[in-house]
Amino acid sequence: MKAVCWMGTENMKVETVPDPTILNPRDAIVRVSSTCICGSDLHLYNGLMPTMEQGDILGHEFMGEVMEIGAGIDRTKLKVGDRVVVPFTIACGRCFFCQQQLWSCCDNSNPNYWIAEKLMGYSPSGLFGYTHMLGGYAGGQAQYVRVPFADVGPLIIPEGIPDDQAVFLSDIFPTGYMGAENCNIQPGDTVAIWGCGPVGQFAIRSAFLLGAERVIAIDRFPYRLQLAEQAGAEIINYEEVDDVVQLLKDMTGNIGPDSCMDAVGMEAHYSGPMWAIDKTKQVLKVQPDRPGVLRQVIIACRKGGTVSVPGVYGGFIDHMPMGAYVNKALTMKTGQTHMMRYMKPLLELIQGGKIDPSFVVSHRVPIDKAPEMYKIFRDKKDHCTKVILDPWANGSAAA
Amino acid sequence: MSEAARIHLRNARGRQYRMRTAFRWSALITGGALALLGLSRRSRSGAAIAAAGGMLSYAGARTAVRDRELIARSSILLNCTPEQAYQFWSKLENLPLFMRHLESVTLIDGNRSRWTAIGPLGKRIHWDAETAIDRKDDVIAWRSLPDSEIYVDGIVKFRNAPANRGTIVTVVVVYQPPAGAIGHTLSKLLGKDPSFMMRQDLRRLKALIETGEIPTVEGQSHGPRSGVTAVARLINPDEPIKGEAKLTEVIRARRRAS
Repeated sequence: MKAVCWMGTENMKVETVPDPTILNPRDAIVRVSSTCICGSDLHLYNGLMPTMEQGDILGHEFMGEVMEIGAGIDRTKLKVGDRVVVPFTIACGRCFFCQQQLWSCCDNSNPNYWIAEKLMGYSPSGLFGYTHMLGGYAGGQAQYVRVPFADVGPLIIPEGIPDDQAVFLSDIFPTGYMGAENCNIQPGDTVAIWGCGPVGQFAIRSAFLLGAERVIAIDRFPYRLQLAEQAGAEIINYEEVDDVVQLLKDMTGNIGPDSCMDAVGMEAHYSGPMWAIDKTKQVLKVQPDRPGVLRQVIIACRKGGTVSVPGVYGGFIDHMPMGAYVNKALTMKTGQTHMMRYMKPLLELIQGGKIDPSFVVSHRVPIDKAPEMYKIFRDKKDHCTKVILDPWANGSAAA
Repeated sequence: MSEAARIHLRNARGRQYRMRTAFRWSALITGGALALLGLSRRSRSGAAIAAAGGMLSYAGARTAVRDRELIARSSILLNCTPEQAYQFWSKLENLPLFMRHLESVTLIDGNRSRWTAIGPLGKRIHWDAETAIDRKDDVIAWRSLPDSEIYVDGIVKFRNAPANRGTIVTVVVVYQPPAGAIGHTLSKLLGKDPSFMMRQDLRRLKALIETGEIPTVEGQSHGPRSGVTAVARLINPDEPIKGEAKLTEVIRARRRAS
């Protein structure tokens, strides 16, 4: 089959690799119909995430048809022929954390638990195509994919909902929604969201769905800000203003936003001496994260407010404004998305016509174009917001 | 004697080992220095000093330090009742399902069992053990029989976790590698940190009991690996290597594996 492989920093290749097979009783094999490039895949592209290996298959946003299921799967939950969306977090459904609905903290799905344990104390769940530290599972930017614990994760999608609407239930829609939920929005609240990439876009719309009165969206690309404006957000292009924090104060009568969200993560762009220091550390590989947005979010948030961080961070950060965080009595909520909490309710929102996730798509290309699309998406060229790959385009199925 | 006391006794023996090592080296060095000093004096008193130094060196050289112990201890929370955990563990044949270095455990009779472990390069070690304590849903302890090649002493306890969170399983295993090839193989097999290996084993037990399977990516498809990665994998399959791995990383992996 064809698969997008990580061959080194800024070096993705479409390779022909053996088809996946069932390895464990609760596995399933899914024939992928649509798969996407996620903003977090760009951290891999840029070589910032440790424990990638040459030849690793990428991709954690995908959907398709169940081709084969293992002996341990309850046939009433999943059967061959089902059309499913697969969440990017892998969860066993039986451990303490899964039973607490903390699905992305599953204790049993990461075979390389000990590596993450060294870095973080404990390991989160395994993820598709996202470093060996988080399991080393082959990802879904391929024609077929092996899905472990397939009786827990995959959500069956009824006919009539096209791939373009359903596929984002695999990551970005629930991630944006959980980011908004983590904002602890009360009726009438003002929410400021840094980053208008796909997750930010879904967070803006989810914040309104959850009762926010005002949403202020911050980015530097006009085409992304335009999408945010279409959803009803007020917009700030941070490259065109002197001081984002002061502007937010002025916009809110000097109170500040009730909730602030960092939907940017480890590769933020900012200026000044901290930028130079952080960028240098990143190049020297002593600090994988550039936490400029996280710092600004904490400074900008109103006293007693909530900071939500759906953005991805990899390691340790310096100059965390802990004084502001403590003295302003802030609350921070984070986490990889607890996917299985959100997939079904959000599918119902799509079915009810409350939201059409396909607004975010800018490119649909055959899988063979994946390597160049990584570059275009990374460099924000060609008004690229979201790329959907078709693994079967050209009808050329590599054996 | 309580189990805790037994473990403490073993720790004390570990201290003895360290003290013996210290004596051995100080005797060798001091003895050698005295002998040299004595010989350099070329007198009768010098000869006496040289003789005393020689005797001290000899005593140091003869001090046995080989019978050191390796202790593996760890615990884990299982989302099941103590009864279920006990049921699984008391069938000793189940242990190789999650203990990676064990190939098999077979029952000889009601109380005795034959254990086989696989070391580096497929070298096998056998020993026979007897169950010393067996209290239902509570504790199991086993020890190797007196004429075994290696000395293994293990105990596992099953305790209710607070707030109905399941069962906390606590395991302590003490190994005494003998001198010679078998001891060497056993030490290699347990690695530098036997407790780490035990923790890995218990994690597999947890997955097996809670989910019915052990998570794995062994045998899944992937693109072409680099030659360096392939070599590093061969040396230590458990250690992930970066795609752009340099030879130094392979050497480091090799060092970690040994």
